[in-house]
Amino acid sequence: MREIYADNNATTKVDEVVFEEMRPYFCELYGNPSSMHFFGGQVQKKVDEARRRTADLLGAQPEEIVFTACGTESDNAAIRSALEVFPERRHIITTRVEHPAVLTVCRNLSKRGYRVSELSVDGEGRLDLNELRSVIDEDTAIVSVMYANNETGVVFPIEEIGAIVKDKGALFHTDAVQAVGKIPLNMADSTIDMLSLSGHKLHAPKGIGSLYLRKGVPFRPFMVGGHQERSRRAGTENTAGIIALGKACELAGQNLELENTRVRAMRDRLESEILRRISNVQVNGGKAERLPNTVSVAFEFVEGEAILLLLSEKGICASSGSACTSGSLEPSHVLRAMGVPFTCAHGSIRFSLSRFTTDDDIDTIIRELPPIIAHLRELSPFGREFLARSN
Amino acid sequence: MWDYTDKVREHFLNPKNVGEIPDADAVGEVGSLACGDALKLYLKLDETKNRIVDAKFQTFGCASAIASSSALTEIIKGKTLDEALNVSNQEIAEFLGGLPEEKMHCSVMGQEALEVAIAKYRGGPLPGHDHAHPDMEGEVVCKCFGITDQFLKKVIKENNLHTAEQVTHFTKAGGGCGGCVPKIKELISEVMGEQPKKEHKRPEKLTNLRKMQLIQDVLEKEVRPLLWADGGDLELVDIAGSTVQIAFRKACAGCVSSGYTAKFVEQKLREFVADDIRVEEVEG
Repeated sequence: MREIYADNNATTKVDEVVFEEMRPYFCELYGNPSSMHFFGGQVQKKVDEARRRTADLLGAQPEEIVFTACGTESDNAAIRSALEVFPERRHIITTRVEHPAVLTVCRNLSKRGYRVSELSVDGEGRLDLNELRSVIDEDTAIVSVMYANNETGVVFPIEEIGAIVKDKGALFHTDAVQAVGKIPLNMADSTIDMLSLSGHKLHAPKGIGSLYLRKGVPFRPFMVGGHQERSRRAGTENTAGIIALGKACELAGQNLELENTRVRAMRDRLESEILRRISNVQVNGGKAERLPNTVSVAFEFVEGEAILLLLSEKGICASSGSACTSGSLEPSHVLRAMGVPFTCAHGSIRFSLSRFTTDDDIDTIIRELPPIIAHLRELSPFGREFLARSN
Repeated sequence: MWDYTDKVREHFLNPKNVGEIPDADAVGEVGSLACGDALKLYLKLDETKNRIVDAKFQTFGCASAIASSSALTEIIKGKTLDEALNVSNQEIAEFLGGLPEEKMHCSVMGQEALEVAIAKYRGGPLPGHDHAHPDMEGEVVCKCFGITDQFLKKVIKENNLHTAEQVTHFTKAGGGCGGCVPKIKELISEVMGEQPKKEHKRPEKLTNLRKMQLIQDVLEKEVRPLLWADGGDLELVDIAGSTVQIAFRKACAGCVSSGYTAKFVEQKLREFVADDIRVEEVEG
């Protein structure tokens, strides 16, 4: 069965061009970039090139790029560094809809004497910047707000937030794992101090990430040891991963427009066809500014895991914000923070596309989804009441 | 991805007995939209009003909730009401070749709907479970899922649960805000206090016959329910003196950690029967 992959916010296909770029750095060019000899030196040159390519995508300087193992590591490093830099400041601000890579760090810190404010969102997943203005103070060490939400695709007004943060002298970090490659970024003209990105969300392999660290922003490393990454991240470089990330960033820059035209058009068609063909559906965050590739739809009276498994029977890969798939018993923290009505919070499905998604894929989803929802509503006692009412 | 058995998949993809019985004798409803799963069970009885001749269901929920409902209706068709009341959630799970432990609450929901249907038909008090039943017995412990102490105690006892996490997997209680977890722990010690672990009552001297009975009993009550939760099972092959021969079935058969499982069975038997028990895994 050919897979119809619509779960690109979970992970993406490694672009074959990216794979070819990294391939020689396993068995042939395996030198350590820190070595004195030519064999390591040639790898160092390639790592430098990757650093330039990554910086270019962000509108940053190469020396502002620190390679890490993943987005989660970048998030952890950024937050913990800020607290070490400002030992006298004991307050952290984040949002209720943050990825666990940030939220869990903050909640753990709150048990160790830090004050943590989690900004709330409205029904469309949007922040109220007045809430930020009211909680931020001279005690705030770091504000960490994601660029775009992984579940709904809702984009936050990062530069406006950054301006408020700078006013109070705190550091500003953004988890931009979902935004990089989909939203044009320019660190040269930005309020962001630190930014996390992850390779496997933009067609590089898993196991490589990066932390953008603005020149002049004080930093205390999370990993210590050797002098790699200018002592900002010790540990022998994941050379093949770094080289792949650099290539993926170069391609992402070239494809940025495509993401915002062709991919957006496919997403819009998928969304409008779902709304047209299926009743009692809502788009989570539909009125907010969103990533071009993501749509989260909530189907009333049915449960998400059942939808996903029936889609999976048809080869369609999507994801859900429902409780049953995660092993937790409540709908995702994002949907709960948005106050998605309980009639459909358990039936939310996320489709996330990429430049490898085709119009055929969209056609298949549009064709297969309505009978699945109809079948599950037929099975559901609530769906039946609803069907009886609407007949 | 959940590791569902083929049987769960089969009953999820092609559920049996879906629908309503318009002139049903008994209807039981548990769960709600807010909870994330719900089951409405319809029973049709024979002319003596004693035997279930037809059962149908409607379920809102995940794959294992749908499969558990389908399994339940298959199990109870043809049973008398009293026989049906003896169907345990373990039996539903076993029918499906096991459920992931996190999903055991689906089998409990099935068993609960059956009890509610029969209690309503007979006019007795309703077993306490959900928002859907304001007249339920007991005091609400888990406010997120509306689950009472009476119901929790019953499930803890029947499934021999020892941790709050297990209770959440079997009933959902404690899986929301988590505020009731201390209370759940109290209930566990209360219930387990009522049935003190048999190690305290481990008989000093056993005749061969009593020893064999006790071994069978421990395997049935203490060991197999835990294996079912992971989709496994075992069979007692023989007892020779203090050597107990068992054969693993279902997921346990050929499982790489069956060696550990055999050790676990031995531990349990030593705890409840005698220190010199030796467990041997045999093919059979």
